[in-house]
Amino acid sequence: MTVTTTSPSLPPGRKHRKTEKILLDIGRFLVVLVTTYLGLLAVTFFIGRVIPIDPVLAVLGDRAPASAIARVREEMGLDLPLWQQFFLYVRQILSGDFGTSVLTTNPVLTDIARVFPATLELATFGTVIGTLLGIPLGVLAAVKRGTLIDQLVRLVGLVGYSVPIFWLALLSLLLFYAKLGWVAFPGRIDIVYEYTFTPITQIFLLDALLQRQWDVAWDVFRHIVLPGSLLGYFSMAYISRMTRSFMLNELAQEYVVAARAKGLSESRIIWSHALRNAAVPLVTVIALSYAGLLEGSVLTETVFSWPGLGLYITNSLQSADMNAVLGSTLAIGSAFIALNLLSDLLYRTLDPRTRTR
Amino acid sequence: MSALLTVENLKVHYPTRSGLIQAVRGVSFTLGRERLGIVGESGSGKSQTGRAIMGLTAPQALISADRLEFQGQDLLTLSPRERRALRGRRIAMILQDPKYSLNPVMTIGRQIVETLRTHESVTKAEAKRRALEMLEAVQIRDPERVFGLYPHEVSGGMGQRAMIAMMLICGPELMIADEPTSALDVTVQLEVLNILDGLVAKRGMGLIFVSHDLRLVSSFCDRVLVMYAGRVVEELSSGALSEAKHPYTRGLLDCVPKVGESRHPLPVLDRKPEWAA
Amino acid sequence: MTTGLDTPVLSRREWLLSDRPASRLQAQLGRAYMVWLRFSANRLALAGLGIILMLIVVALFADVLAPHNPVQGDLRNARLLPPGTGSYLLGTDDQGRDILSRLIHGSRLTLAVVVLVAIIAAPLGLLVGTVSGYAGGWVDAVLMRITDIFLAFPKLVLALAFVAALGPGIENAILAIALTSWPPYARMARAETLGVRHSDYIAAVRLMGASPFRIVLRHVMPMCLSSLIVRVTLDMAGIILTAAGLGFLGLGAQPPLPEWGAMIASGRRFILDQWWVATMPGIAILIVSLGFNLLGDGLRDALDPREAGQ
Repeated sequence: MTVTTTSPSLPPGRKHRKTEKILLDIGRFLVVLVTTYLGLLAVTFFIGRVIPIDPVLAVLGDRAPASAIARVREEMGLDLPLWQQFFLYVRQILSGDFGTSVLTTNPVLTDIARVFPATLELATFGTVIGTLLGIPLGVLAAVKRGTLIDQLVRLVGLVGYSVPIFWLALLSLLLFYAKLGWVAFPGRIDIVYEYTFTPITQIFLLDALLQRQWDVAWDVFRHIVLPGSLLGYFSMAYISRMTRSFMLNELAQEYVVAARAKGLSESRIIWSHALRNAAVPLVTVIALSYAGLLEGSVLTETVFSWPGLGLYITNSLQSADMNAVLGSTLAIGSAFIALNLLSDLLYRTLDPRTRTR
Repeated sequence: MSALLTVENLKVHYPTRSGLIQAVRGVSFTLGRERLGIVGESGSGKSQTGRAIMGLTAPQALISADRLEFQGQDLLTLSPRERRALRGRRIAMILQDPKYSLNPVMTIGRQIVETLRTHESVTKAEAKRRALEMLEAVQIRDPERVFGLYPHEVSGGMGQRAMIAMMLICGPELMIADEPTSALDVTVQLEVLNILDGLVAKRGMGLIFVSHDLRLVSSFCDRVLVMYAGRVVEELSSGALSEAKHPYTRGLLDCVPKVGESRHPLPVLDRKPEWAA
Repeated sequence: MTTGLDTPVLSRREWLLSDRPASRLQAQLGRAYMVWLRFSANRLALAGLGIILMLIVVALFADVLAPHNPVQGDLRNARLLPPGTGSYLLGTDDQGRDILSRLIHGSRLTLAVVVLVAIIAAPLGLLVGTVSGYAGGWVDAVLMRITDIFLAFPKLVLALAFVAALGPGIENAILAIALTSWPPYARMARAETLGVRHSDYIAAVRLMGASPFRIVLRHVMPMCLSSLIVRVTLDMAGIILTAAGLGFLGLGAQPPLPEWGAMIASGRRFILDQWWVATMPGIAILIVSLGFNLLGDGLRDALDPREAGQ
């Protein structure tokens, strides 16, 4: 092509580059999503089909009739090469077929859809508590660095990092339920309400409040407060520690000196300058903590008989119900992937430096 | 004499585990509506002097002075609140590198408006109008656009002009510029200096220009203080640079190569303990 | 001031802190001594070190220290005795076994878990990270994508699924935890490798004709070690907690092994009336993981003063 006169107005070329960059970002995003999900499927495939000596037995249990075993063997394509089996497996999972649970005899996906909201409610409750307490505590510890408050926050965090969650759950049940009688146990809701209360979103606390059934809401709260606060404590330990570290980093930056030179008040410098900058990495921390609570629910729900995904997994483990175990693993894995991508997106919107230029 | 700032025997000490570190050890000077340069190598206490006047030393710093007065007001007896009210409104400071001294997640416009609205109760529209005016005053051609940009979206020179705008918008009487051009490309250094100089002259402000570059300071300021190890070792009027007597100042001057000069052996800066005594 | 130029007799401290070390050994010892000085100034870190040393001593001499048999109890006379009854300092469980003796023997399992997981996961992560960082290009892209995929997985649930497929047992629990805990080490080792890859000393070694294998093994990996050690130490607490969690769910060590998490699970039924059965092992877990956390924090502050206190 010959050299043409370049127009002095930049915008068209710039706009072109911008769309190109956005497309590239979306492409990268999709590659990450697809490979991560394929990786997850490969791992569950490996666990479910490659490790067990006879995957059919692992899926059906050893009391299944011979005809069923033969049928499933064919369905799973066990005579095919491994990569074809994997391909079949991926197709099957993507079509929403997670197999049937031995324990409940329902399709695993149906079971998961039934129990997942309970776990979501618990983990959300915990994350809200953890964030609402953890961020101010972390900020306080950073601002009052080296003082008694800082040491106290650090100690609370350290214990949170070191204590077995199921043990703390047992002890708190002993104290608050058995000895003091302050909270309700077990389950999500009292048996009295189980027939009169019709949840819509399956997030009971929300449903009860929306329907203005105050007595139900109070009962639900009495059930969730202990396991939720426990998870909240672990989330708080993590979030406060990271907040402190991010804030110390931000408070040492030059723009804080500049903000002081402008005559801003300390509280404005801390909360609207430094914390606003610390919020960028904090988003990732909160998402990670949320994911951690979804997973931590496995141990907590067992102790509190909370009818969520965690209890479902433990029950399935006890009866060697591999379809259910792997289905739940996929469900939690998907939630992890979704949270990771979400935090990535939030990070980009919060930090102007990562936005397209 | 109507001094803007009087500093007498200013000391800044830091207690550490291994004893007291004396960053500034008895600095005295007075400043009118003029341009005063403070020169010295890193660690000479020049920046700490500036920050002590601002009240921006680290919290563990111990500051003492026989007098530290700004327009007859004793800065040392002011409450933190009164001190804060002075900062940004009557005494302002420009920092070294706009890449770090501007908040990366706030638009430039908001950061300028923030200074104004901290000290004066003006409407949002009025604040924006004055911020744009200020951006124009630091010779930014397209103020409307720059107003909405984030710091990472502008060049270093542009960032430093925005910094100047942010610090000058309330019309301070005293400006402390802490190495304001050291992080900039040589080509834009002079531009920024000229803008600063013009504004200082037009508004009749006092300026303390802290730098390690003796020649730059002497070409730009009326008077120069040379600091070494926390003390002022020599005071010069900028025209009389060649009359510098102190061996340290001479050393600093000799560091700069001249065209066509032979430099063998390369001079090394002398540092004698007795100068610090 | 003395005027003599004769070689002064240095104290050991002065020899170590000399800023002109005469040999490589002296320099290394001097560096180690500086780290120790910073570390030992931190009382909490020393407490953590003390806890871990105690754990090791108790594990080594469990046979001597334990007052009773950890697996065979006295079912007739000693079921569920409260702490302080007779020679049962921490009480007994439902099988009439002395809880203290079980805790003492359980320390071996705890130590075995953290050591084995560290031995499997840390070198694996180090290898993946250094190779990825040094090779760059598509090797880096592929290895890091795999690492990121593993990082995005739920560790505990994946370990659960692994153990469910492999069958319950302490060995499988260790394997499952190790398989899920290497990715952070790989990420970290890669970051460190990228930091030194283009440094002059690596270029010098390359010019001398060292093979990439040798460069990575002898010159890159050692640079990653200190941060790796800190990271592994900090992760130990998490490993202990995961192992205990698996034990609690009946997927880790099997009875009658005195694994602390499994002990909590078996004490769960008696929590209302015989609280000590479940409480004591929990305290043991808490103390040991606290020890590792304190030690790790202290090590990080001592090895990297730049980040001290953060």
